[in-house]
Amino acid sequence: MFDWLQNIADFLVFNAFGLVKGSHLAEALNFFIYDTIKILILLFVIIFLMGIVNSYFPIERVKNYLSRKKLYGLEYLMASLFGTVTPFCSCSSVPLFIGFVSGGIPLGVTFAFLVTSPLVNEVAVGLFIGLFGIKTTVIYVVSGVLLGAISGIILQMFKLEKYLSTWVKEILVKAQKDQNEFVQEKQTLKQRIPVITTEALKIIKGILPYLVVGIAVGGLMHGYIPEGFFEQYMSKDNMFAVPISTVLAVPMYSNASGILPVVQVLVAKGIPLGTAIAFMMGVVGLSLPEAMLLKKVMTWKLISIFFGTVTVCIIISGYLFNVIF
Amino acid sequence: MEIKILGTGCPNCITLEKRVRKVVEENAIDAKITIVKDIVDIMAYNIMSTPALVIDEQVKIKGRVPKNEEIINLLKS
Repeated sequence: MFDWLQNIADFLVFNAFGLVKGSHLAEALNFFIYDTIKILILLFVIIFLMGIVNSYFPIERVKNYLSRKKLYGLEYLMASLFGTVTPFCSCSSVPLFIGFVSGGIPLGVTFAFLVTSPLVNEVAVGLFIGLFGIKTTVIYVVSGVLLGAISGIILQMFKLEKYLSTWVKEILVKAQKDQNEFVQEKQTLKQRIPVITTEALKIIKGILPYLVVGIAVGGLMHGYIPEGFFEQYMSKDNMFAVPISTVLAVPMYSNASGILPVVQVLVAKGIPLGTAIAFMMGVVGLSLPEAMLLKKVMTWKLISIFFGTVTVCIIISGYLFNVIF
Repeated sequence: MEIKILGTGCPNCITLEKRVRKVVEENAIDAKITIVKDIVDIMAYNIMSTPALVIDEQVKIKGRVPKNEEIINLLKS
């Protein structure tokens, strides 16, 4: 699909800049040019498509749907799926959490949404397709959604309502399944497109610095680290690689655009895919900043149970990925 | 006119504040601007995503940062 782009990159690096094929600098620069442009194109397309979905299904509608419909157990999966398509600024986690709680949505269902939201989003998907190809992306998305749903179910079983902050518990008691007013805007698709396009460009502009740095670092690693370098230290047989990398990753935060290009190079240089993805999920999905925000609505005990459960699920996915690949 | 900007302090919230202040100043609008950062106070307005723009106790914009033109229209209407 992107052969034409590779030709352009090759031309620029080897003809226009006259670098020697096979040299570290040439390989690094080639990777950089090719990947940056490819990813930007993919990102725009995907963010744009998601923007369309989101225009018809904003968060208020998601909340009404989840609180009103009897889904007989499927609500965890639905919440998780909604998490993927709804854009999620982490500063919205608290209003969103309260919104869901006051709508009478079970805690576990809310958690399913909260887990999947940062993990599977349009930026991550776009990057994944560009860096790892469609097959790996599909597997990532499916495992991300399942991870969210399963974490939600497990957390619901723990009956954690007693660990919410006091003021949230009061809201829970008063929760009358109140519905946010949702009035579907009477705009045709054509009318929505300008806003969706502006938003898509705005998102890309926001992540561009992280993306460029991530790809630059990835490019340098690509050109300068020898193949199979990491295999000596972290083969699939190392039982501790997955848990250690996940636990290290959890307190860290980077958005997907900064870390995925680096992860791709790590995998290319010998780190097992499962270990690398577990690391990425830990960085993107859970973080210290997020914990600080959640502190406003839940006690540390609840945050630790939440983080702990998701971490274990990530570690398990890491092992599974290693086995499958 | 009373303008309230609801937000916990993330970059979008700060951008909204800057834009609103600029529009108010440039158009010499008589308005009192308050920033609401406390989450319990924000929840009173029943919104699901920040930032939000509240004019005379009515939520006009939620979950995004509007362009200056849109802010001007809202303040002048």
